[in-house]
Amino acid sequence: MEEESSYRWVLASVVLLLGPAGTVWAEPVGGSEREAVRARLAQGVLRWGGDAEGGAPYQLRDPQDPARVIGFEVELADALAQTVSRQWDLPLRAEFVQYEWVSLAAGLDKGDFDVILSGYEITPERAHTFRFTRPYYVYRQHLTVRQDDERIRSLADCLDKPVGTLAGSAAEELLQKAGVRDIVAFDGQVEPYLELVLGRVDAVLLDGPIATYYGRQRGLKTVDRKIGKGFYGIALRNDDVVLAAALDRALSHLMIEGTLRRIYRRWHIWNEDQAELAHGPKDREELAGLGFDATGKPATADEPPPDDAVDIDILAASAREWTFDHYGPLLLQAAGMTVFLTVTSMALAMALGLVIAMLRLYAPPPVNWLALAYVEFFRGVPLLLILFFLYFGLSSYGIGMPALVTAIVGFGLNYAAYEAEIYRSSILAVPEGQWEAGRALGMSDTTIFRRIVLPQALRTALAPMTNDFVALFKDTSLVSVIAVRELTKEYLILARSSLKFVELGILTALLYLIMSVPLGYLSRYLERRWSPERQGS
Amino acid sequence: MHVTVTNLTKRFGTKTILDGVSLEVHPGETVVLLGPSGSGKSTLLRCLNGLTPFDGGEIRIGEHILRPGHNGNGESIRQLRRWFGMVFQDFQLFPHLTALENITEAPIRVLGLTVSEARRRAMTLLERVGLADRAQAYPRQLSGGQKQRVAIARALAMEPRGLLCDEITSALDPELKSEVLAVLEDLRNDGMALLVVTHEMGFARRAADRVLMLADGRIVEEGPPARLFAEPSSPRTRQFLSKVLT
Repeated sequence: MEEESSYRWVLASVVLLLGPAGTVWAEPVGGSEREAVRARLAQGVLRWGGDAEGGAPYQLRDPQDPARVIGFEVELADALAQTVSRQWDLPLRAEFVQYEWVSLAAGLDKGDFDVILSGYEITPERAHTFRFTRPYYVYRQHLTVRQDDERIRSLADCLDKPVGTLAGSAAEELLQKAGVRDIVAFDGQVEPYLELVLGRVDAVLLDGPIATYYGRQRGLKTVDRKIGKGFYGIALRNDDVVLAAALDRALSHLMIEGTLRRIYRRWHIWNEDQAELAHGPKDREELAGLGFDATGKPATADEPPPDDAVDIDILAASAREWTFDHYGPLLLQAAGMTVFLTVTSMALAMALGLVIAMLRLYAPPPVNWLALAYVEFFRGVPLLLILFFLYFGLSSYGIGMPALVTAIVGFGLNYAAYEAEIYRSSILAVPEGQWEAGRALGMSDTTIFRRIVLPQALRTALAPMTNDFVALFKDTSLVSVIAVRELTKEYLILARSSLKFVELGILTALLYLIMSVPLGYLSRYLERRWSPERQGS
Repeated sequence: MHVTVTNLTKRFGTKTILDGVSLEVHPGETVVLLGPSGSGKSTLLRCLNGLTPFDGGEIRIGEHILRPGHNGNGESIRQLRRWFGMVFQDFQLFPHLTALENITEAPIRVLGLTVSEARRRAMTLLERVGLADRAQAYPRQLSGGQKQRVAIARALAMEPRGLLCDEITSALDPELKSEVLAVLEDLRNDGMALLVVTHEMGFARRAADRVLMLADGRIVEEGPPARLFAEPSSPRTRQFLSKVLT
């Protein structure tokens, strides 16, 4: 079959990857290896990066307590840490690091966490950049359609119909390879299903675990659960051989003792594909622990879900349970971060902007040209790029700043360019006669600038600067790319864990308005109060 | 010590604004500059305060000489500005400072007076120009005549020997002109040297020791006001007076 053959290369690369790691299990545990593992994990923490915006069942907010992150990967990370701890006799706990999905690779490279554990598909490109553990889950793509739609039974029926999926996912690639002409790719996993309900796409193709939770909405049915095949793996930095080997060993153990099966059954994502996880010298024990007989058939047919299984309608449960008391404090806390970021960044921008404006106006060449170049550069380059460069780019040259500092510096540098232009026009707007009056009184130009011109320019500049302040408020939502959690990101995480898009959205918008509207009024007041026409010299 | 201007020349591009002007200003003397617009009166005053550089000739204050191509600072300029204060047609008060602060700023920053000394001096001057009760007012709260009186007080606070007054009543309504001119006459009677560009012939008649008639960048006639107004010798003066006196 077409789709199967397209995945053969993935399988091949996985086998290649497992080659060197696989040899580790066969060898007896030597003293030097023990030393290496202990040295590697001396800090006692296994930091794993993921994005809770990814939602159920990977990582999502707890319906009981939205401040807590739960999910099958959370349980897997905890189980891995425990197992490694036991196997090597060292203290170890797992710690979740909230990160933006698109920046996970850069964050791993930078060292913000030890591993990526976030539904990360093993692909040849990624395998080239990172070291993967052996796969911990075998996923397939699920095709979901509207309940009453009898036309679509397989991917072949979708070639001329609009199909929704997640941008940049394996599913999107598969749709392209299958020759689907109208692929609608979204940034989140919720949106495709919403669009399907609304009839704007006719089908959705996404990873089985996602479809299991988000494709359950009223009026939808999943018609094909066997499309394509792929592997989730834990990604590590290429040189992190010791930790990769330790995790592989722990994964094998979790399979054999049945923990992996238990977690997957708890989260409703265990299926017969998982037989493929068994691999290497202990494959028989692993197969048994995963719940299969020696031929790879499920040992017990049609088992009911375990007693401690999570509610498969967990998203609806969150929607039901969460009230303002639950998420209000989380949003307020995130709003506090937004305010802090905005105020500190603006302070930096206003200070730096003044220096640049003065250099542009009064410094001799080539310094004034450099100041102009600064303004043109930062006005012309997207803020997102600057943040990425400062956080991930500079760290490869050994300049590592904490995310929050990077955010403030990034916004400060960027907005300084705009503030510099405001200062410059405000300074030029002070009549030449003011300079002459000062000179006629015997004042030096420095004194005139400091005591006469600048105070007037500041008054003119304040109104447009307040405007920029409001704009910065909203721009701060960009910082989630470097893993600073502010209001917009918190909103997205909470909304994807509960599907309360409207209610949370209105509250979030209100918080932004509470912060920005008074500033808008302040801006207009200052404009009236200190307009040049009202000054009168 | 007096100020001597010798052969002052000023060009803007190809246009000659001042074409060899020479004059002296002595302490306690009131000199009125007359002339049609564009004759170079304002430019001459600005040259005398170092605000406009010139192309030829020199300005001498005691042993200090200001020569062409000066860069707007230096010891001669400082001396010149200590000698002459300047009052502008459009006031140019500092809008963000009160009347009192407008006056104290330069004495504090330039002369190094303490704040209380500067305030005492400023209050004395405000009383002198009749605005003691407006010390805390901002320029936008003052009438034109009041603004100009504050501007005069501001110049006086630096204790110059003379004042350069560049059409200081032109922007004012007639009833406000007189209050400013009264202050000028008061200063004259106290021995302040004044170099005044004005179209107020009454003031020139009453207060001037000498009147200079400027036309096309040259001084075409010079003399005491009584004689110059009664029997002008230059055709340019006659032409000018016939226009302004009707």
